[in-house]
Amino acid sequence: MTTAGTDRVITYSEAVREAIGQAMEADDRVFMLGEDIGVYGGAFGVSGDLYHRFGGDRIRDTPISELGIVGAAVGAALAGMRPIVEIQFSDFTNQAMDQIVNQAAKIHYMLGGAMSVPMVLRAPLGSGTGAAAQHSQSLEAWFAHVPGLKVVMPATAADAKGLLLSAIDDPNPVIVLEHKLLYRTSGPVPEEAVRVPLGKSAIRRRGEHLTVVATGVMVSRSLEAAEILAQDGIDISVIDPRTLTPLDDAPIHEDVSRTGRALLVQEAPGHVGFTAELSARIAESPTIYRLLAPVRRLSGLDAPIPYAPQLERASVPQVEDIVEAATKLMKES
Amino acid sequence: MSTSPGTDHDTARHALLTMWTIRRFEEAVDDLFARGLMHGTMHLSIGQEASATGACLALRTDDAITSTHRGHGHCIAKGADLTRMMAELLAKETGYCRGRGGSMHIADTATGNLGANGIVAGGIPIAAGAALAYQMRGEDRVVACFFGDGAANEGAFHEAVNLAAIWKLPVVFICENNKYGMSFSTEKSMAIENISERAAGYGIPGVTVDGNDLDAVYDAVSTAVARARAGDGPTLVENLTYRWKGHSKSDKNLYRTKEEIADWRSRDPILRFEAQIKEAGVLTDEEVQAVRTQAMEQMRDAVRQANAAPDADPSDLLDAVFARA
Repeated sequence: MTTAGTDRVITYSEAVREAIGQAMEADDRVFMLGEDIGVYGGAFGVSGDLYHRFGGDRIRDTPISELGIVGAAVGAALAGMRPIVEIQFSDFTNQAMDQIVNQAAKIHYMLGGAMSVPMVLRAPLGSGTGAAAQHSQSLEAWFAHVPGLKVVMPATAADAKGLLLSAIDDPNPVIVLEHKLLYRTSGPVPEEAVRVPLGKSAIRRRGEHLTVVATGVMVSRSLEAAEILAQDGIDISVIDPRTLTPLDDAPIHEDVSRTGRALLVQEAPGHVGFTAELSARIAESPTIYRLLAPVRRLSGLDAPIPYAPQLERASVPQVEDIVEAATKLMKES
Repeated sequence: MSTSPGTDHDTARHALLTMWTIRRFEEAVDDLFARGLMHGTMHLSIGQEASATGACLALRTDDAITSTHRGHGHCIAKGADLTRMMAELLAKETGYCRGRGGSMHIADTATGNLGANGIVAGGIPIAAGAALAYQMRGEDRVVACFFGDGAANEGAFHEAVNLAAIWKLPVVFICENNKYGMSFSTEKSMAIENISERAAGYGIPGVTVDGNDLDAVYDAVSTAVARARAGDGPTLVENLTYRWKGHSKSDKNLYRTKEEIADWRSRDPILRFEAQIKEAGVLTDEEVQAVRTQAMEQMRDAVRQANAAPDADPSDLLDAVFARA
């Protein structure tokens, strides 16, 4: 088995496609359904040539019917299949919320464990493409707030593949949120079907002075910020939880206890967001006694994502915002 | 298609027993609730027994159903264990859902019941999906999808029926039109005469039958099941029926008249079937009485056994939030 350090480099989008292809080759129960995933190849090109490799039965184009698509996946999962739903933009999950929240998330529990819903729902999220308020949201905290859903946010090409493979294996409904700006980014990815377990945070960088916890596209922005901060002698850690549910917070406690400073970064609006949960976990644990400064959250504005590029950019954390927030946090303590 | 249930001794007996079992089960539930011995809420299908029974008679054991909040009848007609159902409603550990689901969430893997549903129309896309699984695996199984007139106005109905139609899925959509979505009558909620007319909009057959006529329900669903099993796709069957009781426990029946309720009570699907099979000489009066007695005894046994079972245990409430690999 090769390791991530020595692999060939492919794009995030190719990594997702490779995971789906390998899962489908290995297991007849796995199939994909969604809008324009067939000949078109997917709105973001993720399904690509899968239609030509597996045919229209297993790479199944659907009408524009998000509620119907997700409901069909729930039913197929109950009947023994392993569906992968692609929702074209994560914003459109709003059209399917009954099936996600009231059905998929609850069936196993509600039925006393008698049945389960092994399905994956993949959807692109996030801003940065000029698509405005209804095509740019980051709704991960909504899903993470619903018991019964697992929520995954791969930040690298290797994780896009490895976490998706684990999601497909999982006997529960798993929401995989892929940041659309990451699709064209590249990284080393094992050729084999190497699983990355759900519920294991990744320490992307280890520093002495401050711990950044970031999700999605904020991971690479934080790593970029780390290089700039290093020039000023500020050495930061960057932790990527990778899965919001289940959440592996032990490495976060450990690192924050060591650095004494926590900067929690997300693209989603801050109000009642995922980083609020992280902040509470720090406050509710002995980690709080190790803080040298108050926890700082850096989030998207509590506003819809606007259209104009300069407005859109100003609405969510950028590299310079992370640098500035980290620098201020260092000065406070 | 086999002969109508009302003309065959064993089938008629089975059908009658099923309908009386549903009736007695729901009367018992109603009574336990009224006496404060059962908590929560429930939705009774008394008066609609021929719809659930006739439809399920047209299915094989390995066919599946999806059901609704008014689902006790579907569950029993598909062959569920009465004691486990009663135990669930009585909040017992031995209930179908270990007390996690209650009346609106009973499912039974052994009899192909994919679950009742607390969300109106929630089960319709799920039925299409299960049918898709059967079709993709080349199995000749069919899904019968029960829902009410209210669900026919939900977007989920439209999306799911359309998916089933374009993919020719082996599913039978069974609309139990009991004239009211809670308090809102079908006259007010839709501008068409029959819900089955909507089938034309999806390019599938639609048929409306007297849902209190067990043979009529059986015949219509059998035709639809045969079509689905043959790979020719879904059918929309509308069973016209009526719930004698209110929508749920809070219902004061302010939206319908006593006369209307009395009129429908006089069209009792069970008594009607009894009269029909006795007149045809399929079952004797004694046999009919024996069925009634058997249904009552079954229900009493179920209540007795369920009451004796241990209460649902809160010590492992977090255990089944996620399934284990």
